[in-house]
Amino acid sequence: MEAKASTFVQGVDTAFIVILGISLFFLITITAAMIYFVIRYNRKKNPKPKDVKDNTRLEILWTAIPTILVLLMFWYGWIGYTPMRRIPAGALTIKATGRMWSWNFEYENGKQSEYLVVPVGKPVKLELYSPDVLHSLYIPAFRIKEDVVPGVNNVMWFQSDKPGEYDILCAEYCGLRHAYMLSKVIVKPVEEYIQWYHATVDSNSMADVEPIGLQVLKKNACISCHSLDGSKIVGPSFKGLWGSERDVIDENGKRVKVNADENYIQTSIYEPNQQVVEGFNKGLMISYKEAITDEELRQIIEYLKTLK
Amino acid sequence: MGENVQHLSFLQDNGGKKGILAWITTTDHKRIGLLYFYSLTVFFLMGVVLGILMRLELMNPGKDLVEPQTYNSLFTLHGVIMIFLFVIPGIPAVFGNIALPLLLGARDVAFPKLNLLSWYLYILGALMALSTLLFGNAPDTGWTFYAPYSVRTGTNVTMAVLAAFILGFSSILTGLNFIVTIHRMRAPGMTWFRMPLFSWALYATAWIQLLATPVVGITLLMIAVERMLGIGLFDPSLGGDPILYQHLFWIYSHPAVYIMILPGMGVISEMIPVFARRRIFGYKAIAYSSLAIAFIGYFVWGHHMFTSGMSGPARVIFSLLTFLVAVPSAIKVFNWVATLYGGSIDLKPPLLYALGFIFLFLIGGLTGLVNGALAADVHIHDTYFVVGHFHYVMFGGTGFAFFAALHYWFPKVYGKMYNVKHATRAFWVLFTGFNILYFPMLVVGMMGMPRRYYDYLPQFHIPNLISTFGSWIVVSGLIYMIVVLIQGYRKGTPAGKNPWGGLTLDWQTDSPPITENFVELPIVTEGPYEYK
Repeated sequence: MEAKASTFVQGVDTAFIVILGISLFFLITITAAMIYFVIRYNRKKNPKPKDVKDNTRLEILWTAIPTILVLLMFWYGWIGYTPMRRIPAGALTIKATGRMWSWNFEYENGKQSEYLVVPVGKPVKLELYSPDVLHSLYIPAFRIKEDVVPGVNNVMWFQSDKPGEYDILCAEYCGLRHAYMLSKVIVKPVEEYIQWYHATVDSNSMADVEPIGLQVLKKNACISCHSLDGSKIVGPSFKGLWGSERDVIDENGKRVKVNADENYIQTSIYEPNQQVVEGFNKGLMISYKEAITDEELRQIIEYLKTLK
Repeated sequence: MGENVQHLSFLQDNGGKKGILAWITTTDHKRIGLLYFYSLTVFFLMGVVLGILMRLELMNPGKDLVEPQTYNSLFTLHGVIMIFLFVIPGIPAVFGNIALPLLLGARDVAFPKLNLLSWYLYILGALMALSTLLFGNAPDTGWTFYAPYSVRTGTNVTMAVLAAFILGFSSILTGLNFIVTIHRMRAPGMTWFRMPLFSWALYATAWIQLLATPVVGITLLMIAVERMLGIGLFDPSLGGDPILYQHLFWIYSHPAVYIMILPGMGVISEMIPVFARRRIFGYKAIAYSSLAIAFIGYFVWGHHMFTSGMSGPARVIFSLLTFLVAVPSAIKVFNWVATLYGGSIDLKPPLLYALGFIFLFLIGGLTGLVNGALAADVHIHDTYFVVGHFHYVMFGGTGFAFFAALHYWFPKVYGKMYNVKHATRAFWVLFTGFNILYFPMLVVGMMGMPRRYYDYLPQFHIPNLISTFGSWIVVSGLIYMIVVLIQGYRKGTPAGKNPWGGLTLDWQTDSPPITENFVELPIVTEGPYEYK
């Protein structure tokens, strides 16, 4: 636990030190006692055992002391945790979307970023949203984690006091590319953050040189499952898709040939289970009807036409 | 017992049937125990192989061996096999079946035919679970089957959850059988407080099996129904609630942790007085603490969900209760160590495994306290710290207790003694490898590596490398142990009735015991550990 980069770190690490300290004491004492007894009372040295009677006082003592100690541990765990649930009024609010298998952060002015860029020394509140399965937003350097649950509005907050870049990992198993669902928190000095926030071009991505259709694909994490280079991930690759002839399984489980035209692409995005390419699993992709507008759909199609 | 020439041992007495039929139609509790033992061993070794493959893949960052989808199936099946086919049935099904009637001075369990049915259900469930391995498309959800992923994934989850459902019935019936046996079949004079402590542990466990298992059975069935009929129970896109699934799953699966560990604790309580030649210290404290663990264990499931978005007060209450369940475990440990004081200790392999259990279980239990503390849990939840923790409890605890029981009752069951010197060496290889395998997981978890990761960031490399190295030592230790035991079975010297000098009733009958255990039912006049 090298990096210590949020206001929660002290409370959490204190709980760790208290619990691990007490634990280590008991581990060493009990192990030492076992080893000592095994040597001291070895049958060769001590052929006749002592007759030791039960001792109620001792039983009470070693019930009471652990009870007090675990209550103490509970207490440290609790006070280190309380501030995590007490979100300051006026915290900067960012919508954090976790989907299979990427993160996206949306700011109050509509700005979107694949990295979580925040100002130093200011409380930040994350509203967690998942359109598909469970994820968990985990920042080890901040000692925080909260599950991203579809259909539930979970929130978390933090305040970082140290500029720098820290890992964001997905901690709740979410399928094939769970281990690659990574991002970073970039903690910037306040002025730099404001500059970044108001800049129209996201300096952390290559947005300015990328075709608009590709931006839409990236924003919706399409390319986590559909590669751009012909390789098979979870779904079929986008490369060479446009205009090709495809073997698909329709809703009735029948195999049919279709041509990858506008209609096909629209159906695949809005009703993904109607025509599933042979060799891929039904039910893995959800409908993007709410997420992708007609305009964006047109932009995607324009981009796919270029991806030969 | 001068007339026991006419009494065949249970290994020889085929009841008029031939070959394998004499085994698979038996209602003898010891034969059923051995049927469980052989099948469990096969599944355990399969689980080990899957675990080794996982560790090989994690040896270095990036791809070492398999594709991500294969890896996800590996950890799912490793979990399903180890939990449902080895650790949960484990000690009760094997050593409970073999030893409980002997310890109580009974001729068999209360319902011998039901006992055989339990084994058939176990085999049916096991074959269903393993069929997913053979026919491809093995489940990739993790053994917890969390919704909505388990509802969405195209892999063969339905078969796996139906298998777990069937296995649940096997567990319920065994629990029922043991409860009735303990209530109704104790030998004359064996009052509740003259029962050996292993029986107490099995009794507490049996109640959890009976009361908690139906909950998970229904929950898993609900997953199957949701997948097959599209009824929205847990998947929010169908109007379901994924958090509800977690509650229902852990309402069983946390008490199930005590199904896994309590019988192990019972085994340890049996062994320490025998090898220290001393009355167990705090008999009643140990017996009552089993019941306390079984009872409080029902109310702590929420600690699996501290980061799920559960309400703040619920998190605090579950954390408090979690800490309280630690106390009865601590009481047991203190009493075991106190029993060694002033004894006349013979460090034979069973005791060595028992003391190994205490050390590893201490680490497992104490790291559990870290998980129970709210602030600390938020950091290490769903990381390798948790993986390390439960392997210390499940393998270091239950697994080592299983090996202790195996080395303890081996001469009773087969009537032969294994080579003690080699068995001792095998223990040390296993024990050393164990710590090299699992301790780095605690470290890498504190550093922030999440679990169920096919690949990892470069800063997590060294602990993973050490851990993989440890897995090879563990496998060597296991092979060594198995070879020593097979040699003992084939060429061991006759063990005699009572090689360890135990006072419980299992050691008063022949090794191997006769079919109905005792020529005449014993009459009990004092407690089980009255060494004088």
